[in-house]
Amino acid sequence: MATLGSTSLPTLPSRVSTASVAKPAPRHSALVRVTHWVTTLCFFALLVTGIEIVISHPRFYWGETGNVLTKPLFQLPIPSSRKLVPTGYGYVLPDQNGWSRALHFEAAWIAVLTGLLYVIFGLLSRHFRKNLVPSKTDLSWRVLLTSFTKPLRLQRPSAADAFTYNGLQRLTYLFVIFILFPLVIWSGLAMSLGFISAFPWSVNFLGGRQSARTIHFFVCLALVLFLFVHVAMVWFAGFWSRTRAMITGRTATRKEQA
Amino acid sequence: MINLSRRKMIVSGLAATTSASGLVVAAHLAQKYGLIPPDHGGIYGLGETLNYASQRLLTRHSLAREFSRSQISRPPFPNELAPLTEDFKRLQAAGFANWRLSVDGMIHQPASFSIADLKSYPSRSHITELTCEEGWSYIAEWIGVPLFHVLNLVGVHPQARYVVYVSMEPDTWDSIDMADALHPQTFLCYGMNGSDIPVPHGGPLRMRLPRQIGYKNLKFITRLTVTDSLKRFGKGCGSAACEAGYAWYTGI
Repeated sequence: MATLGSTSLPTLPSRVSTASVAKPAPRHSALVRVTHWVTTLCFFALLVTGIEIVISHPRFYWGETGNVLTKPLFQLPIPSSRKLVPTGYGYVLPDQNGWSRALHFEAAWIAVLTGLLYVIFGLLSRHFRKNLVPSKTDLSWRVLLTSFTKPLRLQRPSAADAFTYNGLQRLTYLFVIFILFPLVIWSGLAMSLGFISAFPWSVNFLGGRQSARTIHFFVCLALVLFLFVHVAMVWFAGFWSRTRAMITGRTATRKEQA
Repeated sequence: MINLSRRKMIVSGLAATTSASGLVVAAHLAQKYGLIPPDHGGIYGLGETLNYASQRLLTRHSLAREFSRSQISRPPFPNELAPLTEDFKRLQAAGFANWRLSVDGMIHQPASFSIADLKSYPSRSHITELTCEEGWSYIAEWIGVPLFHVLNLVGVHPQARYVVYVSMEPDTWDSIDMADALHPQTFLCYGMNGSDIPVPHGGPLRMRLPRQIGYKNLKFITRLTVTDSLKRFGKGCGSAACEAGYAWYTGI
């Protein structure tokens, strides 16, 4: 099953092509692949249900409290699923909050447990150090800038890029995993009345429950922006080969590299 | 293609058996310690159970945050009300002098209280936030008699597990476990911001649970039933809201 004609690839050890039983290391380990797709499913569930919940009150506030009698920080220019929200639209959307809340929390549980598994695995298997922590040379401004402008100038990544991440990708993934995800979980928990009764500092530190809701919204926007760029880059690099690498672990074949 | 060695098969088999028996033991313990909510069935049952069980383990005795008088939202925002019934309007016209709160179920002696009776008991208040599942919120001072005081008066049987509370609004009822029923901040509320609680906010009597979402804080309370099981109430999932697709436990 040695489908990889890997002698031409500098990143793979040379014995791969000679030993009959040798199997090349997968581009992504099985645990990374499974947790990636479970997280993807949860993310879509959280996004759709989150939008449904926001529609019932598309106004955002800063501080502890906020309602239609108080001045909002901003209001989304969308219709609402509640009559009492002044939206300027002449109609009210159907109420979807019941199942939306239920699925939102259920998907959050699965996502958080999956994320914990991923982080523990990533630390134990040195996945973060090997694949995500950038090297010193990765971090020079010139190299980072090139990684940023190359796709903008529509230069496709080289074959070697299929086996590793550049510095900009590494920094982005670390930012999403260790800043954005913890922040979206924290700001979400800071809205739970039960949770904040036991851990009041979690909401007070964010400036109040409405502030937590507003932060939750903006971190979600940042995650959606990441999703768009992520999918665009995968598309740009070769959608099927990169997606297959995340499903089966196998990278591009010789034919595709030619 | 798939190369399953004997060792791999034995290891996976052992792992699967361990996880399966682990789940059975966890479910048994959860049932024993009251960590399973009445709406644990269906596709969202897993999430509802995790929400309830984790919060019962973490927050059984924690107190909702209380605020200063200067943080009270003025004016408080009253949510939409269903049209008031004729029965309600009649009681309202008489200044709620004939309003009764009846208590039955697993108690020593069924009893009935007027608003004046409830006001004669030690009064408590807290300045807490009322938050709607939609996202909005306000802070008010809530005045009433702690539910545990009324439950102590009627003498609850030791095997009681839930208190069902019924509103005068048609088809509106809910229930809480004993941890919430005996919680010091759970009030039968007859006052708000220094005066009687206005009708749009649930007057003359509102259930107030500051650790749960607004829709659990029913207005116009007329009846309490103490029980050891919610199976006989409605469809058995613990509340009218649950039957309409909304979670029974709303500490989240």
